[in-house]
Amino acid sequence: MRAVEIAEILQAAPITYWEEEDRNRDYEAAFASDLMSDVLMFVQTNPETTVLITGLANAQTLRTVEMMDMRFVVFVRGKFPSDETIELARNMGITMLASDLTMFEACGVLYQKGLGGIYGSRTA
Amino acid sequence: MAVVLHKEYKVLRDDYGSAGKVSSDIKQTLNSIGFDPKVMRRIAVASYESEINMLIHAFGGDITMDIMDDGTVTLVFKDPGPGIPDLEKALTPGWSTASEKARAMGFGAGMGLPNIQRVSDAFDIQSSEAGTTLTISFRAAQ
Repeated sequence: MRAVEIAEILQAAPITYWEEEDRNRDYEAAFASDLMSDVLMFVQTNPETTVLITGLANAQTLRTVEMMDMRFVVFVRGKFPSDETIELARNMGITMLASDLTMFEACGVLYQKGLGGIYGSRTA
Repeated sequence: MAVVLHKEYKVLRDDYGSAGKVSSDIKQTLNSIGFDPKVMRRIAVASYESEINMLIHAFGGDITMDIMDDGTVTLVFKDPGPGIPDLEKALTPGWSTASEKARAMGFGAGMGLPNIQRVSDAFDIQSSEAGTTLTISFRAAQ
């Protein structure tokens, strides 16, 4: 699923400027957590094409994303990072979006539209 | 085996604002010498978890990285205390003594040490009230 489609589905606005290349990048899976140690633990395959959905909008989210070679974060529940964190994301080339949906809603709607989890689509 | 690159870092006590900076430098250093991305990611994950541990559980500490001529990377995290009272419990997934501050940062769920152990090729931890030394190594990609 392309990044721009994910943004539309989640009614999410870009926090950092995103180039056409970022908008058209394809993502195969999503992982949702407010716990960064779980992101570090569970996202083991293809982190580059996994979008992180989180309500934790601080520098540790970006550091986690940096360590994992992920590049796309959607903040839910209206959470918004500080100017410092936004600057860090710019330097790292990480795309960040903000959505007012809850984590449950964001995951539900993406899953319904065909984006799987890190283990694919395990439910009927 | 000879050391081809040696780096030293300091993590200051309670310097939460800098959390992850050392691991970021370690990752960038490995990237600049063309390290295998998958091994590099494992090193970055272990380094970051260990650096966070130094901040949330210890009084800061020292980190060293040695890269050997066969591509092996060894990281040593040495802190001045207060030590881990029960190592066996600390290595049990889900067991945690972390503070609210740590949890607000997205950590402290008791997955740190088990995850470090999982991603490293060699893992050794020694702890007393005088401090903890964690030594982890990673073999180069074949």
